[in-house]
Amino acid sequence: MAVRVQFENNNEIGVFSKLTNSYCLVAIGGSENFYSVFEGELADSVPVIHTSIAGCRIIGRLCVGNKNGLLVPNTTTDTELQHIKNSIPDNVKIHRIEERLSALGNVIACNDYVALVHPDLDRETEEILSDTLNVEVFKQTIASNVLIGSYSVLSNQGGLVHPKTSVQDQDELSSLLQVPLVAGTINRGSDVIAAGMVVNDWISFCGMDTTSTELSVIESVFKLNESSSTTINSVIRASLIESMS
Amino acid sequence: MEYSPLALDTLTSDKALILCCECGTQIEPNPTNMCVGCLRTKVDITEGIPKQATLYFCKKCERYLHPPGEWIKASLESRELMTLCLKKLKGLNRVKLIDASFVWTEPHSKRIKIKLTVHGEIMTNATLEQIFIVEYVISNQMCEDCHRTEAKDYWSASVQVRQKTINKKTFYYLEQLILKHRAHENTIGIKSVHDGLDFFYNTEANARKLVDFIISFLPCRYQQSKKLISHDIHNNTYNYKFSYSIEIVPISKDSVVCLSKKLTHQLGNLPSICVVYRVTSYINVIDVSSGQIAEISSNLYWRYPFQTICNPKQLKEYIVIDVELIKEKDKKKFPGQGNISHKFAIADIWVVKSEDLGLDQNTIHTRTHLGGILKPGDSVLGYDLSGSNINDENFEKLDQDTVPDVILIKKFYGTNRSSHRRARLWKLKHLNENMDINSENNDYNEFLDELEEDPELRANINIFRDNQKQINNDTSCDDSTLPQITLEEMLDDLVITDSEMIE
Repeated sequence: MAVRVQFENNNEIGVFSKLTNSYCLVAIGGSENFYSVFEGELADSVPVIHTSIAGCRIIGRLCVGNKNGLLVPNTTTDTELQHIKNSIPDNVKIHRIEERLSALGNVIACNDYVALVHPDLDRETEEILSDTLNVEVFKQTIASNVLIGSYSVLSNQGGLVHPKTSVQDQDELSSLLQVPLVAGTINRGSDVIAAGMVVNDWISFCGMDTTSTELSVIESVFKLNESSSTTINSVIRASLIESMS
Repeated sequence: MEYSPLALDTLTSDKALILCCECGTQIEPNPTNMCVGCLRTKVDITEGIPKQATLYFCKKCERYLHPPGEWIKASLESRELMTLCLKKLKGLNRVKLIDASFVWTEPHSKRIKIKLTVHGEIMTNATLEQIFIVEYVISNQMCEDCHRTEAKDYWSASVQVRQKTINKKTFYYLEQLILKHRAHENTIGIKSVHDGLDFFYNTEANARKLVDFIISFLPCRYQQSKKLISHDIHNNTYNYKFSYSIEIVPISKDSVVCLSKKLTHQLGNLPSICVVYRVTSYINVIDVSSGQIAEISSNLYWRYPFQTICNPKQLKEYIVIDVELIKEKDKKKFPGQGNISHKFAIADIWVVKSEDLGLDQNTIHTRTHLGGILKPGDSVLGYDLSGSNINDENFEKLDQDTVPDVILIKKFYGTNRSSHRRARLWKLKHLNENMDINSENNDYNEFLDELEEDPELRANINIFRDNQKQINNDTSCDDSTLPQITLEEMLDDLVITDSEMIE
């Protein structure tokens, strides 16, 4: 299922939210509308957390995470860190890291098993990343762009990458990730995929400008439509069980 | 060599195809990530460019208004018209114009269509080409110049041409000169008045041009005057009406003049009584008894004015009884004598009035310059000086014994010329169609006769073949001695007829 949503008349909702299989972060906004859409869709499965990071609302670009953990930049205040730590499920590890490339969302793309990172990322950060999120880390670029976190969105079911990604690159990346990839666009032709949408294993939120064609591409590659309610439930249950274990 | 399918595959699959975000067709990724069709429906780079505009056209002078105030001539589908059309389009500077061409429209439809190809940048690095058609409606608006001309009374310079004579032949000649040399092109009006013509012009320069033209062809003098119409004290501009008054010397060809003593001294002791044999920008006179000739410029004329003592109305017909050419050694010569013409053959001649032929045995003896063309039995036209009443200051001072009884002017080609006139194969053009050519005193026909007789006179004018007259090969009624204009001298008139319209 893919839902269209807007953050204060802005379609770049991936900037203002972070969605994983076990929690969801949304930016503190002037309007409750954005928050309530997430809340309405996710309330029964995962916690939806209102927060800012380093006083900024662009939390989607600043942090990176999956069901296992969450990395926040070192600019994050203690209060914010404490608030997030209190709100997320207990088994999710949270770590504040020292990294020159502080917009972690822009330089890291990950699902629950694999992370693709900016080639210039610190060795230390890589180690923390693989420890906290329980992922294998690969240094990659996408369509000659180093900001791999901005130009791709990954879930455990599939991935959407920059429209100019060549077929060889797609093949290479999907063999690393072990999920199918497709080149596509978001928000009526925008190529900054991660800024336009967030996704987990059963739901996706896209910008209001996203066309039906783009939505159908998203639904098919992230396998959001084929699961009936029972399968969704089973998947949710599985991940819940996994998170609780 | 064979194509490697693998290589082809890698070539085509180098870039992954994506789905157009609007319609879902497979396309190569581009900056908008949209297929061309969707892009066209979404963005219109010609948005700010008007698709219809109006051109203003003056029907009378066939010019287009080039804003703000200029009027330019431009034919259909011409480069000038394209410039004008493109300047009408306001938003064209926002896009890059690649191509412009006319689309054919019916010439009378008052529509002009041009096809434009433009490039416009819609996003960074995304350029879209678009072809569109702009339609122009031509609406009529009379230009300022035509407006003034239409108002009839508007002119800023006038040329008044006057000649104080009894016939209008000089003006017929002047008309033909003007037509041949296209001196009337900028004229906005011609008015016939007593003793002459008035020409009206927009600017003083055009009037000045006509004055110079007339001076170069006819003996005359002119005066200039101007009248202040209005003036602006702030920027020192004055609005005048200029008038040129041209007075043409009132001497016509074939008349007899009596020169003053002072003038004859200047002209090489020419005898006072002379015949005017040609009028160009000079008056050419000849003394019939000696063949001495002189040219009198207009300046000289106005300094020592003289008058016609016999004009062509008084010509009488004489019959030649005997001619005797004067030998070269018998000619009277004296020191200080002016030029003597060798074109004319001076002869002693005995004539009798045609009405007295057979009644009067006394022949009249005189001398003539027409000795070369006269034979006994010919008719000749001349003036009877002894029998006419002459009032002339110069003439009265002359010793009456030296005055010849008769002065012969030209050979006479039969009394009935009307049939010949009717069969005339040529015609002249006129400045305006309703010009007075059927005057009661037959001036115009006499002017045409003179043209036939004098090749030098018609060298300056255009003669057109009259297509309504058939070339008559029946020579029985034709008098071959009659002077005629050959077919070679005539021009074919340009006749434009639209055969479809006639049907």
